[in-house]
Amino acid sequence: MAKLTLMDLRKLRDGKKIAMSKRSAEGKRAEVVIGMGTCGIAAGAKAVFDAFLDEMEKAGITDVTIKQTGCMGLCFSEPTVEVICDDMPHVVYGNVDDKTARRIVRDHLEGKALVNDHIFDKPSTDIIKTAGK
Amino acid sequence: MAYKNYILVCAGTACESNKGKALYEALEKEIKSAGVETEVQLVKTGCFGFCEQGPMVKILPDESFYVKVGPKDAHEIIAEHIVKGRKVERLLYKENKPDGDPRSNDISFYRKQLRIVLRNCAVINPEIIDEYIARDGYAALEKALFDMTPDQVVNEIVESGLRGRGGAGFPTGRKWLFTKNTTADQKYIVCNADEGDPGAYMDRSVLEGDPHSVLEAMSIAGYTVGASKGFIYIRAEYPLAIDRLNTAMAQAREYGLLGNKILGTDFSFDIEIRLGAGAFVCGEETALLASIEGKRGMPVPRPPFPAVKGLWGKPTVINNVETYANIPVILLKGAKWFNSIGTETSKGTKVFALTGKINNSGLIEVPMGTTLRDIIYDIGGGIANGKKFKAAQTGGPSGGCITPAFLDTPIDYETLQSIGSMMGSGGMIVMDEDDCMVDVTKFYLDFTVDESCGKCAPCRIGGRTCYNILDRISKGQGKPDDLQKLKDIGHAMRKASLCGLGQTAPNPFMSTMKYFEEEYRAHIEDRKCPAGKCKELLSYTIDEAACVGCTACARKCPVACISGTVKKPHTIDQSKCIKCGQCFTACKFDAVKKG
Repeated sequence: MAKLTLMDLRKLRDGKKIAMSKRSAEGKRAEVVIGMGTCGIAAGAKAVFDAFLDEMEKAGITDVTIKQTGCMGLCFSEPTVEVICDDMPHVVYGNVDDKTARRIVRDHLEGKALVNDHIFDKPSTDIIKTAGK
Repeated sequence: MAYKNYILVCAGTACESNKGKALYEALEKEIKSAGVETEVQLVKTGCFGFCEQGPMVKILPDESFYVKVGPKDAHEIIAEHIVKGRKVERLLYKENKPDGDPRSNDISFYRKQLRIVLRNCAVINPEIIDEYIARDGYAALEKALFDMTPDQVVNEIVESGLRGRGGAGFPTGRKWLFTKNTTADQKYIVCNADEGDPGAYMDRSVLEGDPHSVLEAMSIAGYTVGASKGFIYIRAEYPLAIDRLNTAMAQAREYGLLGNKILGTDFSFDIEIRLGAGAFVCGEETALLASIEGKRGMPVPRPPFPAVKGLWGKPTVINNVETYANIPVILLKGAKWFNSIGTETSKGTKVFALTGKINNSGLIEVPMGTTLRDIIYDIGGGIANGKKFKAAQTGGPSGGCITPAFLDTPIDYETLQSIGSMMGSGGMIVMDEDDCMVDVTKFYLDFTVDESCGKCAPCRIGGRTCYNILDRISKGQGKPDDLQKLKDIGHAMRKASLCGLGQTAPNPFMSTMKYFEEEYRAHIEDRKCPAGKCKELLSYTIDEAACVGCTACARKCPVACISGTVKKPHTIDQSKCIKCGQCFTACKFDAVKKG
């Protein structure tokens, strides 16, 4: 690596910042939780995870956390993805594939519009309580 | 391909010595065998501060906080958490609350902390410069070099109210100003990393977890005062910190952030490491400079201060590790932001190494003005084993004790001094009712007597004499005028010693005599140690009425001094007893009495 100039240093910093920001949960406006139990993975949750990461990077979104979780109990509609976003209803999407994941990024996270045809249901409060322990 | 999960593994000395390295290797192996190398990034990071629960592993972004993790747990963490997304419940940190949420930021150990100095510890990998840069690393240097004049930089530091974190609390900005205003063909920047207080490891953790922050700050200091050369004086007992510093310096040189013409400007600055052999007095700045010059580490009277006449007679800025670690943040966020934190006279935060009889021992950083109660009961989780808080020792061998009466005093440089202790470098040792103040004081004095360089008489002779007095008090041979004698010698040492070591050596007994005079008197007049710590003043006896003759004590006794027949009361032969206390612990009927 050659010696850096001011421009090089700034470029390096900006580039690395996106990667580092993924580690932090601070200052995030939304959370995407992907069900990655055996059922979810079997139904393609890993590809969905990749699609989210990829699309968010393309869209330049840094203030959203992507997490994985175990089975949400909705195995018939896997892969399931829960999106918790400020000023938006709390939504669970069912049967999410690569294409739907990209739509969620563009429409829901960027455009603040729900992806209606994949909404499963709002998780009922009793599920949240027991899940949160 | 971007990573989905990040596994942060603590690689500070405390965790590394507790199989942390094997854990890291095991995780690495498990990640490979599960075939998830592209999904997970394993990051070796600096001290989390929560050393009581180490080694620890934090998984991001969901912030699962696993504690006391061993190499054998690696498989489960990877197979369950990473592959299947199910948390490993049994390893999660649980607070003593029924609905304790295991997310690390909500743990009360962290909630009352404010991390400025430790901002990057446990976040970045200290061996990768890119990660430091991504966390606004070297942005302060960039700002100083391109947008600020040296005058502006020094003003910012003066304005911020930052004071030296090594102990004495001298305003950092003024130090820089003195050096800046002195004309000389060569000036030096020195970092004092000769951390020597028993139980203190703040500086080590900063150097291990975030070495670049110190390098960056030293470069900024160099630019400000017009120095082109820096030295880090660090003790040879810190091999990991030295390793990481060397790695960091090599990376910074490669990037042109150290060396000739930094970032293409006319400013050149480089740093060398000097290893100390571990003499405590070398933490004193004039002795430290002498040691760098290759001379014997002995202090010389000030003035002239190093800021004017320091290393090889040239103007020298010498600051402590923690002080430097504050500098980049102050330049980036501004003096106003920094001096809004803390108290009237003490700005910013302070890192403490919390140890002793406390539930959560570890490394903490709190705003100046935090009370001891917050530190001990909220962050520290209270006294271990439900015992009663007796005192907290701050300032190391130069400091004193804070008693329960001052639990609610906001901690800063001035308040600590007014109650007979001092900030010191940040060691904080918590003591409970089982600790004897005479015994503790003897320990500290033993340390300073041992470390005295012997150059001046008040320290060399005074320290030894006081130690002998304390020693005989602890053995029940104290004389009625011993306390007065200690006071007199202490005053003389304070006034006449050459350097801080001798001047502050009396602090431990001066402060404990003030607050625990009763305890000293009990040793001298009644020949008793109320805490039951001083062996010579202690005897174990068996209460014949309570003894059922179970023989449990006699079987435990290592010197066979307990006699008696089965089902008959036993007796202890005092002439043979070594006061190990094993009979006391063994007795299930409270028949063995201590006193």
